[in-house]
Amino acid sequence: MKLTIQVNEGPYQHQSADTAYHFAKAALEKGHEIFRIFFYHDGVNNGTRLTTPPQDDRNIVRRWSELAEAHNIDMVLCVAAAQRRGIVDDGEAERNGKDATNIAPGFRISGLGQLVEGGIESDRLIVFGD
Amino acid sequence: MSDAKKFMYINRKAPYGTIYAWESLEVVLIGAAFEQDVSVTFMDDGVYQLTKGQDTTGIGMKNFSPTYSALGDFEVTKIYVEKESLEERGLSLDDLQHLVWEDEDEDYAEKDSIRLVSRAELADVLAGQDVLFNF
Repeated sequence: MKLTIQVNEGPYQHQSADTAYHFAKAALEKGHEIFRIFFYHDGVNNGTRLTTPPQDDRNIVRRWSELAEAHNIDMVLCVAAAQRRGIVDDGEAERNGKDATNIAPGFRISGLGQLVEGGIESDRLIVFGD
Repeated sequence: MSDAKKFMYINRKAPYGTIYAWESLEVVLIGAAFEQDVSVTFMDDGVYQLTKGQDTTGIGMKNFSPTYSALGDFEVTKIYVEKESLEERGLSLDDLQHLVWEDEDEDYAEKDSIRLVSRAELADVLAGQDVLFNF
Protein backbone atom coordinates (compact mmCIF):
# COMPACT_ATOMS: atom_id res chain seq x y z
CA MET A 1 0.00 0.00 0.00
CA LYS A 2 1.16 3.54 -0.75
CA LEU A 3 1.19 5.74 2.36
CA THR A 4 1.57 9.40 3.21
CA ILE A 5 2.36 10.17 6.83
CA GLN A 6 1.63 13.52 8.47
CA VAL A 7 3.52 14.41 11.67
CA ASN A 8 1.92 17.25 13.65
CA GLU A 9 4.00 17.37 16.84
CA GLY A 10 7.58 18.22 17.68
CA PRO A 11 10.18 15.77 19.00
CA TYR A 12 10.54 14.86 22.71
CA GLN A 13 7.53 16.95 23.84
CA HIS A 14 4.99 14.57 22.28
CA GLN A 15 5.21 10.86 21.66
CA SER A 16 3.59 11.22 18.25
CA ALA A 17 6.97 12.03 16.65
CA ASP A 18 8.22 8.67 17.97
CA THR A 19 5.05 6.80 17.06
CA ALA A 20 5.14 8.14 13.51
CA TYR A 21 8.75 7.00 13.14
CA HIS A 22 8.04 3.50 14.48
CA PHE A 23 5.00 3.24 12.23
CA ALA A 24 6.97 4.33 9.16
CA LYS A 25 9.74 1.83 9.92
CA ALA A 26 7.27 -1.02 10.49
CA ALA A 27 5.33 -0.18 7.33
CA LEU A 28 8.52 -0.26 5.25
CA GLU A 29 9.53 -3.58 6.81
CA LYS A 30 6.11 -4.97 5.82
CA GLY A 31 6.78 -3.95 2.21
CA HIS A 32 4.58 -0.85 2.06
CA GLU A 33 5.66 2.21 0.12
CA ILE A 34 5.93 5.64 1.72
CA PHE A 35 5.04 8.31 -0.82
CA ARG A 36 5.90 11.16 1.52
CA ILE A 37 6.29 12.15 5.17
CA PHE A 38 4.90 15.64 5.73
CA PHE A 39 5.78 17.59 8.87
CA TYR A 40 3.31 20.25 9.98
CA HIS A 41 2.62 22.44 13.02
CA ASP A 42 5.41 21.89 15.60
CA GLY A 43 6.23 18.74 13.63
CA VAL A 44 8.65 20.83 11.57
CA ASN A 45 10.96 20.78 14.62
CA ASN A 46 11.70 17.15 13.71
CA GLY A 47 13.85 18.60 10.93
CA THR A 48 16.47 20.74 12.69
CA ARG A 49 19.99 19.34 12.66
CA LEU A 50 20.91 21.53 15.66
CA THR A 51 19.07 19.26 18.08
CA THR A 52 21.37 17.81 20.74
CA PRO A 53 19.62 15.27 22.96
CA PRO A 54 21.50 13.65 25.87
CA GLN A 55 23.74 10.78 24.71
CA ASP A 56 21.67 8.11 26.45
CA ASP A 57 18.48 9.22 24.70
CA ARG A 58 17.24 8.54 21.16
CA ASN A 59 18.21 11.09 18.51
CA ILE A 60 14.86 11.65 16.83
CA VAL A 61 16.12 13.95 14.08
CA ARG A 62 19.05 11.76 13.10
CA ARG A 63 16.73 8.76 13.14
CA TRP A 64 14.49 10.43 10.54
CA SER A 65 17.51 11.38 8.39
CA GLU A 66 18.81 7.82 8.45
CA LEU A 67 15.39 6.40 7.58
CA ALA A 68 15.07 8.80 4.64
CA GLU A 69 18.50 7.91 3.33
CA ALA A 70 18.06 4.16 3.72
CA HIS A 71 14.68 4.09 1.97
CA ASN A 72 14.88 7.16 -0.25
CA ILE A 73 11.86 8.79 1.45
CA ASP A 74 10.60 12.24 0.55
CA MET A 75 10.43 14.17 3.85
CA VAL A 76 8.84 17.60 3.59
CA LEU A 77 8.62 20.41 6.13
CA CYS A 78 5.73 22.82 5.57
CA VAL A 79 7.20 26.17 4.55
CA ALA A 80 4.71 28.36 6.44
CA ALA A 81 5.03 26.28 9.60
CA ALA A 82 8.84 26.20 9.24
CA GLN A 83 9.11 29.97 8.77
CA ARG A 84 7.10 30.58 11.95
CA ARG A 85 9.30 28.21 13.93
CA GLY A 86 12.71 29.10 12.51
CA ILE A 87 13.53 26.03 10.45
CA VAL A 88 15.68 27.27 7.58
CA ASP A 89 17.32 25.81 4.47
CA ASP A 90 19.59 27.61 1.98
CA GLY A 91 16.70 28.88 -0.14
CA GLU A 92 14.72 30.19 2.84
CA ALA A 93 17.83 31.82 4.34
CA GLU A 94 18.42 33.70 1.10
CA ARG A 95 14.76 34.66 0.57
CA ASN A 96 14.21 35.89 4.11
CA GLY A 97 17.67 37.30 4.82
CA LYS A 98 18.59 34.85 7.61
CA ASP A 99 22.19 34.39 8.70
CA ALA A 100 22.06 30.62 9.22
CA THR A 101 20.39 27.38 8.22
CA ASN A 102 19.45 24.44 10.41
CA ILE A 103 17.61 21.92 8.23
CA ALA A 104 18.68 18.33 8.78
CA PRO A 105 19.81 15.95 5.98
CA GLY A 106 16.99 14.22 4.16
CA PHE A 107 14.43 16.99 4.74
CA ARG A 108 13.26 19.64 2.31
CA ILE A 109 10.99 22.67 2.75
CA SER A 110 7.96 23.01 0.52
CA GLY A 111 4.31 24.04 0.48
CA LEU A 112 1.08 22.63 1.89
CA GLY A 113 0.18 21.45 -1.59
CA GLN A 114 2.64 18.61 -0.97
CA LEU A 115 0.42 17.40 1.87
CA VAL A 116 -2.74 17.60 -0.22
CA GLU A 117 -0.97 15.81 -3.07
CA GLY A 118 0.00 13.10 -0.60
CA GLY A 119 -3.67 12.63 0.24
CA ILE A 120 -4.55 12.38 -3.44
CA GLU A 121 -1.71 10.09 -4.54
CA SER A 122 -1.65 7.67 -1.59
CA ASP A 123 -3.92 4.81 -0.62
CA ARG A 124 -3.89 6.02 2.99
CA LEU A 125 -2.98 9.26 4.73
CA ILE A 126 -2.10 8.68 8.38
CA VAL A 127 -1.97 11.60 10.79
CA PHE A 128 0.16 11.47 13.95
CA GLY A 129 -0.64 14.16 16.49
CA ASP A 130 -2.58 14.95 19.62
CA MET B 1 -13.30 15.64 -12.05
CA SER B 2 -14.31 12.00 -11.88
CA ASP B 3 -11.32 10.77 -9.87
CA ALA B 4 -11.69 13.43 -7.17
CA LYS B 5 -11.30 12.13 -3.65
CA LYS B 6 -13.52 13.01 -0.74
CA PHE B 7 -11.37 15.13 1.57
CA MET B 8 -12.56 15.89 5.09
CA TYR B 9 -10.80 18.35 7.38
CA ILE B 10 -11.77 17.80 11.03
CA ASN B 11 -11.30 20.69 13.45
CA ARG B 12 -11.43 19.76 17.11
CA LYS B 13 -9.61 22.49 19.00
CA ALA B 14 -10.47 26.02 20.16
CA PRO B 15 -9.12 28.81 17.93
CA TYR B 16 -6.40 30.66 19.87
CA GLY B 17 -5.08 28.41 22.66
CA THR B 18 -3.06 26.50 20.07
CA ILE B 19 -2.23 27.14 16.42
CA TYR B 20 -4.02 24.05 15.09
CA ALA B 21 -7.18 25.93 14.05
CA TRP B 22 -5.34 28.55 12.02
CA GLU B 23 -2.89 26.15 10.40
CA SER B 24 -5.80 23.82 9.58
CA LEU B 25 -7.58 26.67 7.83
CA GLU B 26 -4.41 27.27 5.81
CA VAL B 27 -4.49 23.66 4.60
CA VAL B 28 -8.17 23.94 3.65
CA LEU B 29 -7.54 27.11 1.63
CA ILE B 30 -4.48 25.66 -0.17
CA GLY B 31 -6.21 22.32 -0.68
CA ALA B 32 -9.17 24.03 -2.37
CA ALA B 33 -6.96 24.58 -5.42
CA PHE B 34 -6.68 20.81 -5.96
CA GLU B 35 -10.29 20.34 -7.10
CA GLN B 36 -11.14 17.56 -4.68
CA ASP B 37 -14.54 17.00 -3.05
CA VAL B 38 -13.87 18.96 0.14
CA SER B 39 -15.81 19.00 3.42
CA VAL B 40 -14.94 20.51 6.77
CA THR B 41 -16.09 19.40 10.21
CA PHE B 42 -16.16 21.35 13.47
CA MET B 43 -16.57 19.24 16.59
CA ASP B 44 -15.48 19.16 20.25
CA ASP B 45 -13.87 22.54 21.13
CA GLY B 46 -13.49 23.09 17.38
CA VAL B 47 -17.02 24.54 17.32
CA TYR B 48 -15.60 27.64 19.05
CA GLN B 49 -13.70 28.40 15.83
CA LEU B 50 -16.95 29.43 14.15
CA THR B 51 -18.39 31.59 16.93
CA LYS B 52 -19.28 35.11 15.84
CA GLY B 53 -18.07 38.30 17.43
CA GLN B 54 -14.56 37.05 18.17
CA ASP B 55 -12.34 39.82 19.55
CA THR B 56 -8.64 39.10 20.01
CA THR B 57 -7.44 42.58 20.91
CA GLY B 58 -6.87 41.54 24.51
CA ILE B 59 -4.51 38.69 23.59
CA GLY B 60 -2.54 40.41 20.84
CA MET B 61 -3.23 37.71 18.27
CA LYS B 62 -4.67 37.99 14.78
CA ASN B 63 -8.42 37.42 14.62
CA PHE B 64 -8.66 34.98 11.74
CA SER B 65 -12.35 34.20 12.17
CA PRO B 66 -13.43 36.43 9.22
CA THR B 67 -11.55 34.01 6.95
CA TYR B 68 -14.18 31.31 7.51
CA SER B 69 -16.72 33.42 5.63
CA ALA B 70 -14.46 33.21 2.56
CA LEU B 71 -14.66 29.41 2.42
CA GLY B 72 -17.68 29.60 0.11
CA ASP B 73 -15.60 31.56 -2.42
CA PHE B 74 -13.08 28.72 -2.32
CA GLU B 75 -15.91 26.31 -3.19
CA VAL B 76 -15.80 24.80 0.27
CA THR B 77 -19.55 24.53 0.75
CA LYS B 78 -20.04 21.52 3.02
CA ILE B 79 -19.37 22.51 6.61
CA TYR B 80 -20.51 20.01 9.22
CA VAL B 81 -21.05 21.10 12.81
CA GLU B 82 -21.67 18.44 15.44
CA LYS B 83 -24.86 19.17 17.38
CA GLU B 84 -23.78 17.53 20.62
CA SER B 85 -20.53 19.51 20.68
CA LEU B 86 -22.52 22.74 20.51
CA GLU B 87 -25.00 21.64 23.19
CA GLU B 88 -22.30 20.42 25.58
CA ARG B 89 -20.82 23.93 25.46
CA GLY B 90 -24.12 25.78 25.84
CA LEU B 91 -23.95 26.96 22.24
CA SER B 92 -26.45 26.91 19.39
CA LEU B 93 -26.30 27.69 15.68
CA ASP B 94 -27.22 31.30 16.53
CA ASP B 95 -23.84 31.70 18.22
CA LEU B 96 -22.00 30.78 15.02
CA GLN B 97 -21.21 32.85 11.95
CA HIS B 98 -23.75 32.52 9.16
CA LEU B 99 -21.64 30.89 6.45
CA VAL B 100 -23.01 30.83 2.93
CA TRP B 101 -21.96 29.99 -0.62
CA GLU B 102 -23.29 31.11 -3.97
CA ASP B 103 -24.72 28.41 -6.24
CA GLU B 104 -23.79 29.45 -9.76
CA ASP B 105 -26.14 26.79 -11.17
CA GLU B 106 -29.07 28.59 -9.57
CA ASP B 107 -28.31 32.19 -10.53
CA TYR B 108 -25.85 32.58 -7.65
CA ALA B 109 -28.47 31.92 -5.01
CA GLU B 110 -27.02 32.13 -1.50
CA LYS B 111 -27.14 28.82 0.32
CA ASP B 112 -26.20 27.85 3.85
CA SER B 113 -22.87 26.09 4.15
CA ILE B 114 -23.33 24.80 7.69
CA ARG B 115 -24.96 21.43 8.13
CA LEU B 116 -25.91 20.68 11.72
CA VAL B 117 -25.50 16.94 12.26
CA SER B 118 -25.78 14.61 15.23
CA ARG B 119 -22.80 12.62 16.46
CA ALA B 120 -24.26 9.48 14.87
CA GLU B 121 -24.88 11.24 11.55
CA LEU B 122 -21.37 12.68 11.58
CA ALA B 123 -19.94 9.20 12.07
CA ASP B 124 -21.64 8.15 8.84
CA VAL B 125 -20.36 11.23 7.02
CA LEU B 126 -16.80 10.51 8.17
CA ALA B 127 -17.07 6.85 7.21
CA GLY B 128 -17.91 7.90 3.65
CA GLN B 129 -14.74 9.98 3.16
CA ASP B 130 -11.52 8.97 1.40
CA VAL B 131 -9.04 11.17 3.28
CA LEU B 132 -9.41 12.50 6.84
CA PHE B 133 -7.22 15.34 8.08
CA ASN B 134 -7.48 15.67 11.83
CA PHE B 135 -6.57 18.96 13.51
